[in-house]
Amino acid sequence: MLCQRCNKQQATIHLTEILNNEKRERHLCEDCAREEGVAIKAQINLQDVLSGMLDAHESAGRDASLRCPDCGITYAEFRNQGRLGCPHDYDVFAEPLHEVLEKVHGATEHTGKLPLRAGCDTRGQRELMQLRRRLQDAVEAERYEEAARLRDLIHEKEAAGEAR
Amino acid sequence: MRLDKIILSPSPWLQPGGPSDDIVLSTRVRLARNIAGRPFLNRLKPDEQEDLEAYLKHAVLAALKPDRYTWFELEDMPQIDRQCLVERHLISRELAAGEGQRGVAVGPKQRIAIMANEEDHLRIQVYSPGLQLQDAWQEADAIDDRLESKVTYTFSPKLGYLTACPTNIGTGLRASVMLHLPALVLTRQIEKVFNAVARLRLAVRGLYGEGTQATGDIYQISNQASLGRTEQDVLKTLGSVISQIIAYEKEARDALAAESPTPLDDRVLRSWAILTHARIISSEETLALLSAVRLGIHLRRLKDVDMATINELFLMTRRGHIQKIRGAELGESERDVARADYIRKRLGAN
Repeated sequence: MLCQRCNKQQATIHLTEILNNEKRERHLCEDCAREEGVAIKAQINLQDVLSGMLDAHESAGRDASLRCPDCGITYAEFRNQGRLGCPHDYDVFAEPLHEVLEKVHGATEHTGKLPLRAGCDTRGQRELMQLRRRLQDAVEAERYEEAARLRDLIHEKEAAGEAR
Repeated sequence: MRLDKIILSPSPWLQPGGPSDDIVLSTRVRLARNIAGRPFLNRLKPDEQEDLEAYLKHAVLAALKPDRYTWFELEDMPQIDRQCLVERHLISRELAAGEGQRGVAVGPKQRIAIMANEEDHLRIQVYSPGLQLQDAWQEADAIDDRLESKVTYTFSPKLGYLTACPTNIGTGLRASVMLHLPALVLTRQIEKVFNAVARLRLAVRGLYGEGTQATGDIYQISNQASLGRTEQDVLKTLGSVISQIIAYEKEARDALAAESPTPLDDRVLRSWAILTHARIISSEETLALLSAVRLGIHLRRLKDVDMATINELFLMTRRGHIQKIRGAELGESERDVARADYIRKRLGAN
């Protein structure tokens, strides 16, 4: 509904006036209402709440479209399923996840057990995952020579990780 | 070991003799782990999942003593066997109902169960009878170390062991204690316990985990938070809360015996009478009656009844187990008859 006074902006203030026993409804935008001297204090509070919600919504919207380049999952999908797609998601979604971790654990940093050997080499881990994806694609596209080469490479990298 | 043999033998997590076994049935420690360089489960394609399962099976059996572990594939397992493994707490409902290649390695005396391709690549679970948080943790910790001779875990120095769900990140540790709290329920004090527990980032669940109702007055209490505290912190917090709850339950039991011995006896003996005479009995009723009998044994209102048998009946009268014992698929009303028969037999009644 447009404002009855300026006919330009959305009417957000709805008034019911009673003048000489005659009931009159008026629908105004915020600017016109203010110009007419209508007290809109109560509405201002509501407005604050609304804009706060909008901000939250906007940032949630921004996060929702975040997508992990490795596994392809979006933050919105994660929110729906409650499961992440790959370890790299913790980097890609670091900002929104920070809040989640704070809420669930009341903490955001690990202080417990350390593995005997490095899973800490995140670059190596990502590389391995990307190689696996390429292998998958090669098999699906029946590029068997490439697949064989990738398989050897993966085994090599895995064996290097196992050696101790 | 064959699956049937596992299903029909007594479960070690229900054996009496553990610390505080009048109130604590068992302790479980679970570690969530994922293998480096692979996506989490929900982003694995079917053949990638198959490949991972084969890899995990090989790694688990090679790292641990293969002659003491048996690997079971879930994909081709009959529904009733899966149900029994869930009832034994050897696998989760999620693993039972999952899709694609997935498995479980069951270790010595059914105390250890390692699930592959559940929510995370690996879920290491160790059970101890009674309240034994340290014992279960040390075993799980040692298995975790041994597995590392064959696999590399996904780990971040800042966030710890990375898991598919951010609720398990960090230590990947969930310690949980299964408690029998009939007196707190009877005296309507159980809500107080729940309120206190929730404030400490601990969770309360029923006998069969998330979303299940507390049946037979059995509750599982576990840590919720796994990040930002050491394993020992988690075990200590949980342990001290459990000790408190044990003290409350003891007080409530003593108060019942001292203040209302006749209603207590009536409840215990009626329950015993129904269990030893019923011809048709549902699963829920069975748990409620077993709970009263178990309480009666501990308060010495019932003599010459073997606690181990009562504990075992909590498990063997479940839907899957009763069918397995009968060796046939049974409908609900047939199960209720088979259950009543089995209970009478085990309790030496006719």
